[in-house]
Amino acid sequence: MLYTMRLNIVSAEEELFSGYIKSLQITASEGELGIMPGHAPLLAALTPGMARIVKENGKEEVIYISGGMLEVQPNCITVLADVAKRAKDLDEKAALAAKRCAEENIHLHQMDVDYARLAIELSRAIAQLRVIQASKRKR
Amino acid sequence: MAVGKEIKTKIASVQNTQKITNAMEMVAASKMRKAQDSMAASRPYAENIRNVIGHIALGNLEYRHPYMEEREVKRIGYIVVSTDRGLCGGLNINLFKQVLADAANWQQQGAEVDFAVIGSKATAFFNNMGAKIVAQVSGLGDNPSVTDLVGNVKVMLKAYDDGEIDKLFIVYNKFVNTMTQQPTIDQLLPLPKSDDDEIKHRWDYIYEPDANVLLDQLLVRYIESQVYQGVVENLACEQAARMIAMKAATDNAGELIDDLQLVYNKARQAAITQELGEIVAGAAAVG
Repeated sequence: MLYTMRLNIVSAEEELFSGYIKSLQITASEGELGIMPGHAPLLAALTPGMARIVKENGKEEVIYISGGMLEVQPNCITVLADVAKRAKDLDEKAALAAKRCAEENIHLHQMDVDYARLAIELSRAIAQLRVIQASKRKR
Repeated sequence: MAVGKEIKTKIASVQNTQKITNAMEMVAASKMRKAQDSMAASRPYAENIRNVIGHIALGNLEYRHPYMEEREVKRIGYIVVSTDRGLCGGLNINLFKQVLADAANWQQQGAEVDFAVIGSKATAFFNNMGAKIVAQVSGLGDNPSVTDLVGNVKVMLKAYDDGEIDKLFIVYNKFVNTMTQQPTIDQLLPLPKSDDDEIKHRWDYIYEPDANVLLDQLLVRYIESQVYQGVVENLACEQAARMIAMKAATDNAGELIDDLQLVYNKARQAAITQELGEIVAGAAAVG
């Protein structure tokens, strides 16, 4: 029985996490995924959301991920994120403002075509806020 | 002392040039450090995605992606990464020579060649040559972002999807160390086959949502990250090459100044000797 697995979270700009973990909870395009060591090989697309990591020593870490890809091998997970940020680097005010702005735009321009882009912006802002709240609860 | 004055002005002008090259050397040195940092920062992504692609190549997938299939080569695509500015020694021209040699090789086998160029030096060079340029981007600055490159990559990938090109290469300078930059040609498509033929166990992924959508996305991402890594490495090379070139220029200016100083001293000495001789001769005539 495997107890830990290796996790690498990288974005185009930097490496955010590399080490051994007990479990990972992450938002894929079809819903939340929980991954434990020994998972079957999996390839999934990620939507804006958070990655909740339980580290080897039982401590939790939360990282915001704006989308990307997830590859799971039984003892090794790779997250290729478009943009990723650690919870402590997120700006709550900016996320709130972005959310409000996106919501207003959606209400104002219901006829416009660029609805998909606005929806993505909104989901990103909401995901950031969720990460901020989750990390606050922990503290 | 007319001759002496001319030489003095020349020395002053060379000294001015030396000051400029010296300043450029120091600017390049500090920019190189930054470029090396960003090269190191983006390396984990490039390495991890290469790992994932390696796993995929080993797996026994239900869906064969066109990017994995070799096909008959009628047309080649090159993505050539160059600098925007000159004064960096033979960096660009060495790279272009390598590309041309490689392209000539393919042309002998009856394949035609398309270029997508990054950086204004490559644009100018391949335009002058009359090569077929399908995409062009320049002015990336010191902090290139992936979004700046997406257009170029998309053009080449579309050409590959439509069967217009059958192989895609990326050409850039690899940063070995400050003194050495290695012109490199890497094959992007079709994905280079892994040498490991014996697959240990037959397995396939669970896909979420869909195999071809996911692989499309992942492979495009892979190409983009490789091109980005190439651009970032080339940037570090540019700064290193410029630093070396400017150091050589500063040293040469120093030598030139020493030579001129010697000529000046000799001329001055000759003038004094001649004056003395005249005085002595004059005194002898009077006495």
